Amino acid sequence: MILAQGGHNPLIPIWQEIVVGSIGFALLCFVLIKFVFPKIEQSYQARVEAIEGGLERAQTAQAEANTLLEQYKQQLAEARAEAASIRDEARADAGAIKDDILAAAREEQERIIAAGREQLTADRQALLHELRTELGTLSVELASRIVGESLADEARKKGTVDRFLAELESAPAGRR
Amino acid sequence: MSDSIVLAQDLPWPPKVDDFFLDGLFGLDNWLTKFTLMVWLAVIVLIVLFTRAMRKPALVPTRGQWFAESVYGFVRDSIGKEIIGKDAHRFVPYLTVLFCFVAFTNIYGIIPLAQISPNTHYAFPLTLALISYIMFNWVGIKKKGAARHFKDMIYLPDAPMWLQPLLIPIEFISNLVVRPVTLSVRLFANMFAGHLILLVFTVGGFMLLGADNFALKGVSVVSFLLAIAMTLFEAFVAILQAYIFVLLSATYIEGALAEEH
Repeated sequence: MILAQGGHNPLIPIWQEIVVGSIGFALLCFVLIKFVFPKIEQSYQARVEAIEGGLERAQTAQAEANTLLEQYKQQLAEARAEAASIRDEARADAGAIKDDILAAAREEQERIIAAGREQLTADRQALLHELRTELGTLSVELASRIVGESLADEARKKGTVDRFLAELESAPAGRR
Repeated sequence: MSDSIVLAQDLPWPPKVDDFFLDGLFGLDNWLTKFTLMVWLAVIVLIVLFTRAMRKPALVPTRGQWFAESVYGFVRDSIGKEIIGKDAHRFVPYLTVLFCFVAFTNIYGIIPLAQISPNTHYAFPLTLALISYIMFNWVGIKKKGAARHFKDMIYLPDAPMWLQPLLIPIEFISNLVVRPVTLSVRLFANMFAGHLILLVFTVGGFMLLGADNFALKGVSVVSFLLAIAMTLFEAFVAILQAYIFVLLSATYIEGALAEEH
């Protein structure tokens, strides 16, 4: 057999190498399996947890953000509604105030008009009174000038003038 | 040019089986040879690399940690979980060590100064194959009991009865007798042939370069180019064979664990 030439058959294992290989491989197995591979598994696990934890955190944050957004939207809507109601109220208030002012003004106007009227009446009475007196004096004076000094004593009795004035008073009211 | 001619005359030609067997160092015969030294070195380097890489594991790994995790993850996911399934976690550590060790010792074949894989010595692949062999039988016996395990190993329940006399011996031989041999010889022969090919093209290149015929000197270029190409190919084979070795070990374990054969 050609392989056996020179005394070596490569298919016959060298027993010392089996021993060396077994010990070396066993040592390698011992160290790697006992000390290294558990760390690799832990490392994988840690990474998985980190990623899953990160995802979970992201989801929680997302949910929180959504809730907040909803809240804000709701608050905004409430604020809008409130603003609208305040505006309406203000508008109503403004209307009421305007009415009040108008009413007050009208009252004032009426009051002023009434006062004016009263004043007017009083003035006319005073005027009338004055006119009457004056008219009496003037009439007497005129009559005395026409009839003469003699009548002056009679007229001094006053009754004549007063009667005359009373007649004037009871004259038809249409002349006023 | 004259140097290479002198060199060429010293080179062993043609490559022989004896080129694979070197004298023991310091008169220690087979205990301390280039091959046993390479195995020890592989063990030490792998231990140092892995322990250093995983000394302070971080969430964002360093390059070393990333590499260690990738190798482990590759064996775990593409071999362990693919082949063995839910019981994989019990065997992934062993399979990973196996993969690293075989790949590392295979790669020696193309590392300068080493230039030969320890797996060209049948003892090393045989050792590993025997460990896998003992392991798959052990887990099978432990799970199903010896009788059931060996019955599952040799008996195909779906085959017609008249075929059983033929099938049982075949199954017995293929599953229980030659499995460690096929597993180890596949690795050994690949590494052995790979080294032989590199020897042929490299040493052959020098022989052609040192030839008297000028045309033959020119042909040496082709030989060297082929040596380079084959070196790259050997790198591929080194990893591929490690993968196949681990894949088959995992398949055997899965077969032993399976409820039905």
